Amino acid sequence: MLKELKPAVAIFGLLTLLTGAAYPALITGIAQGVFPDQANGSLIVKDGKALGSRLIGQAFSNAGHFWGRPSATAPMPFNAAASGGSNQGPLNPALEESVKGRIAALKASDPSQTAAIPVDLVTASGSGLDPHISVAAALWQAPRIARERQLPESRVRDLIASQTEDRQLGVLGEPRVNVLELNLSLDALAGIR
Amino acid sequence: MTGNGYLQLGLYLVVLLACAWPLGRYMARIYHGDIPVFVRWLRPLERGIYRLAGVSGDDAMPWTRYTLAVLLFNLLGFLAVFALQRLQDVLPLNPDGMAATTADLAFNTAVSFATNTNWQAYGGESTMSYLTQMLGLGVQNFLSAATGMAVLIALARGFVQREAAALGNFWVDLVRSTLYILLPLSIVLSVVLVSQGVVQTFNQHASVQLVEKLEFDQPKLGDDGQPLKDAQGRPVTETMTSAEQRIAVGPAASQIAIKQLGSNGGGFFNINSSHPFENPTPLSNFLELLAILLIPAALCITFGCYDGDRRQGVAILAAMTVIFVAMLALCVGSEQSGNPLFERLGLDTKASELQAGGNMEGKETRFGVVNSALWATATTAASNGSVNAMHDSFTPLGGLVPMWLMQLGEVVFGGVGSGLYGMIIFALVAVFVAGLMIGRTPEYLGKKIEAFEVKMAAVAILVPPLVVLLGTAIAVMADAGRAGTANPGAHGFSEILYALSSAGNNNGSAFGGLSANTPFYNTLLGFAMLFARYWLIVPVLAIAGSLAAKKSIPPGAGTLPTHTPLFVMLLIGTVIVVGALTFLPALALGPIVEHLQMIGAQ
Repeated sequence: MLKELKPAVAIFGLLTLLTGAAYPALITGIAQGVFPDQANGSLIVKDGKALGSRLIGQAFSNAGHFWGRPSATAPMPFNAAASGGSNQGPLNPALEESVKGRIAALKASDPSQTAAIPVDLVTASGSGLDPHISVAAALWQAPRIARERQLPESRVRDLIASQTEDRQLGVLGEPRVNVLELNLSLDALAGIR
Repeated sequence: MTGNGYLQLGLYLVVLLACAWPLGRYMARIYHGDIPVFVRWLRPLERGIYRLAGVSGDDAMPWTRYTLAVLLFNLLGFLAVFALQRLQDVLPLNPDGMAATTADLAFNTAVSFATNTNWQAYGGESTMSYLTQMLGLGVQNFLSAATGMAVLIALARGFVQREAAALGNFWVDLVRSTLYILLPLSIVLSVVLVSQGVVQTFNQHASVQLVEKLEFDQPKLGDDGQPLKDAQGRPVTETMTSAEQRIAVGPAASQIAIKQLGSNGGGFFNINSSHPFENPTPLSNFLELLAILLIPAALCITFGCYDGDRRQGVAILAAMTVIFVAMLALCVGSEQSGNPLFERLGLDTKASELQAGGNMEGKETRFGVVNSALWATATTAASNGSVNAMHDSFTPLGGLVPMWLMQLGEVVFGGVGSGLYGMIIFALVAVFVAGLMIGRTPEYLGKKIEAFEVKMAAVAILVPPLVVLLGTAIAVMADAGRAGTANPGAHGFSEILYALSSAGNNNGSAFGGLSANTPFYNTLLGFAMLFARYWLIVPVLAIAGSLAAKKSIPPGAGTLPTHTPLFVMLLIGTVIVVGALTFLPALALGPIVEHLQMIGAQ
């Protein structure tokens, strides 16, 4: 027992230094040197002010902005200091209630829109921070945005198309739209906040 | 499912198997001590470690000493992680001022990381300091993985050695696994992940200005810090307005690379790989998925090369792949057909080029249904346990797949090292069963399988189900156990069964609704993880020691060849029959009855 104690302690200490200190320090050095933007959170900075992160969603509820995925984080939605999903099971009555509430809010925001609502727009994302919605979910909101912003709907659709991220390398993932970037470009277009 | 869905799944399997082959051969050379030229510059570092530790590379250990070294080393890892958590409030590198964790949480997390389980009873960005993450959790990500690989190589040596007393040197196997395999792969992967947007910084959280000010209700706290309740016992809330978003960051990329490669799975952030800073793009998702199964798959090739008959490794890899593909098909199919509730409510759930459709509750838009179901299958086939979607919100059968894959004993790829040694145990049982049927002494890789090996194999196969089922029984009978469930009905039972299946097979994934950070669950799951890990490692090393001492016999007319499709089917059958017989009754009470309720609901 004692014979193994010395190598155990020594190797544990040395490998801790190597994998717990040298390795993360090396990666931080490379990351900050080569990819400083990504390594610090992909922040969108305008006039010296950080307006958000390209990777972290924000809550939108004004009729003049595109709305994102529902977020289940507490105490406020899109709490980027404590990520979390709803963890509601498929038969949980609370899930049905939440989804019904979101459908009602969307329908109230645009009573003339009669197309079926894309499922991702009324279901909570896994992280509660999902920055994206599906292209279908953006297009569903286009008539409302056009009316609220007094823009031709074709203009709004063009904007969605220009902000659509395709499958990566043409194969991976799903086509999607970044809600924060879409809304920022919408604000820039209309010249208002 | 769209054509692109099939393409993504197919691409994943092809790239995985294509990478496993060269990596497997590389690892076999490393364990033989034949260090390839391009990593030979690391030799002085390796020798330096041995010199400082007073280790001699040719000091071969008998199985008892090897086991003692494994246990002692893991104990040190446990103590270090426990101490770091309890002292993190006074230690440096804690820019967001995390408090020390409770004793039961520290115990649970220390066991969890020392046993390569990486069950998360805590939320990373709200509980752990950067120092605890790096020096505690990150280090165990490497060392618990290297421990599993070392035990596997000791077992492989048991088959090659002839009438030998020793299994090699644990310290050498450990250091080589870390230095030549885990560390280089982690460096490459973490840099690529940063390029995709994974954060890597020692700065404290970032603050950004919200585009729309946010109003929300927050529970009001009394002077004692506890939530206030009104006369009816409902929590009192106050309305707050926020103009700012506080975004947690940290040295995440370095930890996520090894978390995936070492089949660890403990996230830097609470919500693990669905967090955009852990897994920002479809490409990062593909690479992290690849890293989950890469080493477990490659070790099959390593095992074949090491024991001088590559066909043996290929046969085991084939058996794993067949089970994996079948489970994957069930999981993707269930999630894509979705929850009938959504159709009843008139939503658009059809997959197209404009949306992923299906069951999107708990899933991220960039991954959609296919990549979420693929991840769920891979992470539980391997004992990884990271998640990129909330398994708790999966459809009943979609959630059954990850649960049952864990219950099969984490042998379909499994953990690095641990998955393959688990599968070899099943192979011993398969040749034993076949031997009984044809009336011959069972042999595997030229070694006779006798009473001692079969007894040890029985222990290794029976302990995890025992832990899972007994633990579930305890939890559903205790008030503290039932209090943790978040969903009513059969799904609540599934949450408990899932937690015990995860801890009792050292996986670490969760039906996240279960409130597991309580003294009850921290203790119960902590002991489940300890039993599951060491009641496997000790019998496996005992088998290795016993095999090493035996003569090697050449294959004869009565030998059952163990590289043929027939044996692959026999091995699959053994795994499935043991897993089905043991767990079908419990699964019937959880996901199966829930599925019937779902399709019967109007």
